[in-house]
Amino acid sequence: MAGAKKDSVIGKIIIYLILFVVAFTMLVPFAWMLSASVKLNKDVFTFPMQWIPSDPQWANYATIWQKIPLGTFTFNTFKLTIIVTLLQLFTSSFAAYAFAKLHFKGRDALFLGYIGTIAVPWQAYMVPQFMMMRSFHLNNTHLAIICLQAFSAFGVFLMRQFYEGIPDELCEAARIDGLSEYGIWWRIMLPLSKPAMSTLIIFTFVTTWNDFLGPLIYLTDIKLKTIQLGLRMFITQYSSDYNLIMAASVVSLIPVLIVFLSLQKYFVQGVATSGLKG
Amino acid sequence: MNQTAPAKPKKGLLSKQARETLIAYSFIAPNFIGFAVFTLIPVVYAFVLAFMQWDGVNEMKFVWFENFARLISDKNFIQAFWHTIAYVLCNVPLTIVCSLALALLLNSKIFGRNFFRTVSFFPYVASLVAVAAVWNFLFNPSMGPVNQILAALGVENLPKWAAGKDTAMLTVILFSVWKNMGYYMVIFLAGLQGVNPELYEAASLDGANKWQQFRNVTLPQISPTTFFVTIMVVISSFKVYNEVYMITQGGPGTSTLVLVYQIYNEAFVGTPEYGYASAISMVLFLMVLIVTLIQFRGEKKYS
Repeated sequence: MAGAKKDSVIGKIIIYLILFVVAFTMLVPFAWMLSASVKLNKDVFTFPMQWIPSDPQWANYATIWQKIPLGTFTFNTFKLTIIVTLLQLFTSSFAAYAFAKLHFKGRDALFLGYIGTIAVPWQAYMVPQFMMMRSFHLNNTHLAIICLQAFSAFGVFLMRQFYEGIPDELCEAARIDGLSEYGIWWRIMLPLSKPAMSTLIIFTFVTTWNDFLGPLIYLTDIKLKTIQLGLRMFITQYSSDYNLIMAASVVSLIPVLIVFLSLQKYFVQGVATSGLKG
Repeated sequence: MNQTAPAKPKKGLLSKQARETLIAYSFIAPNFIGFAVFTLIPVVYAFVLAFMQWDGVNEMKFVWFENFARLISDKNFIQAFWHTIAYVLCNVPLTIVCSLALALLLNSKIFGRNFFRTVSFFPYVASLVAVAAVWNFLFNPSMGPVNQILAALGVENLPKWAAGKDTAMLTVILFSVWKNMGYYMVIFLAGLQGVNPELYEAASLDGANKWQQFRNVTLPQISPTTFFVTIMVVISSFKVYNEVYMITQGGPGTSTLVLVYQIYNEAFVGTPEYGYASAISMVLFLMVLIVTLIQFRGEKKYS
């Protein structure tokens, strides 16, 4: 008995040790980023390194806003992210309701259209998509990014899967009570599907916020760029202003970390149950 | 019309069934129209384009299999192809081992478990441009802390990381593993929590040690999860682009050129070759399709 106990104590210590190392590797780049962002440029790479600078240069955070239109980039990104997330939420929960709860001609054929594109990676059709958008004169507009992101099959799958778990009797009862299909969707399905919607919100938010290749292809006008493109541009232009690059990086991380921390539970649930993304 | 409809409902403007169908279509339309125009049509277009020659200015020309014939002798494409395969072959096992190990650790009842889970998810949600920028600084060959630590430890030939021909791909892979392992860890964690605890009790009564329990209980029990994660990592590895763009830009030379990078280069850098880019896209599609077909077969087996 005593031996077993000792064993488990040693085991615990080893587990904590490994976890500490893992957490360290996960976090150290972020800590380094923060630390470098308030240093003088010449001190960024001094070794042994000073984690908490003796004379923090908070002015770095003011300087970056003058060097690049960070305000415009942030505004653009927020605008795109919010529009895409709302559209995605509305159109996919709307479509998912019909796929899960209504019987009609052509349902399976239409759904097959969604399924058929799962195996096709976006990178395989981004070129024709770009050519098409250009013929609509949508290149170099935010509308292109919105069209690109807002109608994904992913949202429809996620919501449909959730709606299928809601008993049909609930809808039947509502129909007998005289509620229209739109009423059922609005008054019954939407309130019940808050967890699935939260998952969809956080996924869409994070993907749109962090998207790089889409905006890279479509947005060439500096006034239209998103924060990812802006940050990348900044890195290329001021490649040796290490402290400023780190300060701008910190700024670009904050919104997405806030959203993640506040909706974390749904994110983890979403990944664990559907795991569709990726 | 409306007034006569109730009297003969079957012959009215809209029968009950037709009305239901119309309502259903009205639900689907907002998403489906967007999806059809911006996804479905481009997908079909991609197949057509692979047989065309077009620079975006002159007339489009149908060239049969010329684009595909050109692939075989294109040195850049062949390199991109093999680099992608190499990336997949290294990235997949590394990501799976790391994320499974992490999930096993975080599945035990320990203090601060939620904190560790959140932390390991950070790199996944953090924006790629920002974390890649830090990564580049940390692994800077001459000034970066990683090499400074290695130098302090007495390592002589310091690796050149992203700037070295032999280490560039390794740097990209390490970065990808670090960035994505938290995501797959969550899926493994869900799989582990589905394992019946009685199985472990029975195993330990039979005298199985921790390693034997892992080999004979955990691994077989979570094999559907492992299969699913493997498929996901393989597919996303084939599509790698951002990580390469941020860390090495395909270089040095062409040592980290991958398929999507090559598609981007052919279509959007210099004189556009949309048809040829689409032919490369078809190769990418074929790889992903094969993996997806394996997935369908596997799902039948596991469900």
